[in-house]
Amino acid sequence: MNITLRIWRQHDRDAAGKMVRYSVDGISPDMSFLEMLDVLNEQLTAAGGEPVAFDNDCREGICGMCSLVINGIAHGPEMLTATCQLYMRHFHDGDTIDVEPWRSPAFPILRDLIVDRSAFDRIIQSGGYISAPTGAAPDAAATLVPKEDADKSFDAATCIGCGACVAACPNGSAMLFTGAKAIHLGALPQGQIERNSRALAMVNQHDAEGFGGCTQIGECTAVCPVGIPLDVISRLNGDVLSALRKAKS
Amino acid sequence: MGISDGAGLRSKLRFSVTLHAAMAVSGLIMVLFLLAHMYGNLKIFEGQQAFDGYSAYLREIGEPLLPREGALWIVRVVLLFSVVIHIYAAFTLWLRSRTATAGKGGWRYETRKNRRGVQRSYASFTMRWGGVLIGLFVIYHILNLSADYIAPGGPSPSPYQRMVNDFSIWWVVLSYLIALVALGFHLRHGVWSAFASLGANSSVTRRRVLNQAASLAAVVILVGFLVPPLAIFVGWVR
Repeated sequence: MNITLRIWRQHDRDAAGKMVRYSVDGISPDMSFLEMLDVLNEQLTAAGGEPVAFDNDCREGICGMCSLVINGIAHGPEMLTATCQLYMRHFHDGDTIDVEPWRSPAFPILRDLIVDRSAFDRIIQSGGYISAPTGAAPDAAATLVPKEDADKSFDAATCIGCGACVAACPNGSAMLFTGAKAIHLGALPQGQIERNSRALAMVNQHDAEGFGGCTQIGECTAVCPVGIPLDVISRLNGDVLSALRKAKS
Repeated sequence: MGISDGAGLRSKLRFSVTLHAAMAVSGLIMVLFLLAHMYGNLKIFEGQQAFDGYSAYLREIGEPLLPREGALWIVRVVLLFSVVIHIYAAFTLWLRSRTATAGKGGWRYETRKNRRGVQRSYASFTMRWGGVLIGLFVIYHILNLSADYIAPGGPSPSPYQRMVNDFSIWWVVLSYLIALVALGFHLRHGVWSAFASLGANSSVTRRRVLNQAASLAAVVILVGFLVPPLAIFVGWVR
């Protein structure tokens, strides 16, 4: 396969970037999108150029490092897959593919296609944990968890924190991520005690990072590589509103 | 120990989540008003006496406990508050959304491909302009049929006569048609997202049900408001 790529090149955080056109040939349809970029980088390096910087790690869809907007869609045209699980057979010989980083002022571009997603870390730090006493591991059946709650929690806990929801959101909102991180704890008995303060703290940090509000459009859940359901946002909204009703301050 | 939410009441009231809830509640209040308004309009099919009588009755509700038009003024004040809160929340959230996308919304990518997103509906991305259009229409509508100030078909002390006079003119009907279609789209996404913003979307099934309910509300209100003007225009009601 011969592919023409238009890739966002930006030297560093403060530099101006632009789309640069490259052509790569000898691409196998069985290559993943990232392997195709590896081939491009080998060609660029061999020719004495600067390779394209992009984030990646596990390349099997579980780490959440890969982060490309391909032809305007976060993680590319295939549903429920991360960029690393996207294969070149989903494109055609001779295609022109546009590749850009996540775009959000809360995710500053560090270089080319790499963005700084530490805003997500700060949202988790603000409340994405439970307070538990240390010591010996508790008995496995000490806290009984209803199956439905366990399922709901696990659905939310599959979030890999890649940031595609922000990249796809017309409002630049990170509520799908924040909802997933708050709800996977709030759905369990262990997370009940701090459920209200967690919801408030995480939503407060979400807004402080400069993410926009959720208007329930659903683009986030459509591009999410692990299929986080849209209802995590509404359930977080419900927790925030019930926390506000109980707030004494 | 424990999670500190780190936010005072002031900042809690300015959360995007709180503003969306305020927009949802004020919007749903206006939807309730629309249903009552639509019910009143349909009385046009009972004839002039019934319609004008109902209009007079609205001014007498609660008398003598309330002064004349007292109940009507309570409704007007509640609606005015709702409109102000709705617009304030919408404007604040719009500014945040602009800041969070470098002023470009869904068009912040260089590529021209898939600018309409993957699955979003026409209704969902026309909420803001649709809202502006509806706001302008409400001003025009109040000056037209309520205040009788803009009276292209000729003014009249009878509300029934005002409707018949104005909706006999094609461009008046057209202007209401355009506004009502905009309202229908606004409600299609607005009713769904209002419930979701208030925490009602608790599962995948619930998402589908709420969306169907929003479609139903939009269609009922659109059709309910369109029937009287169209019936007048084609001459069924004269």
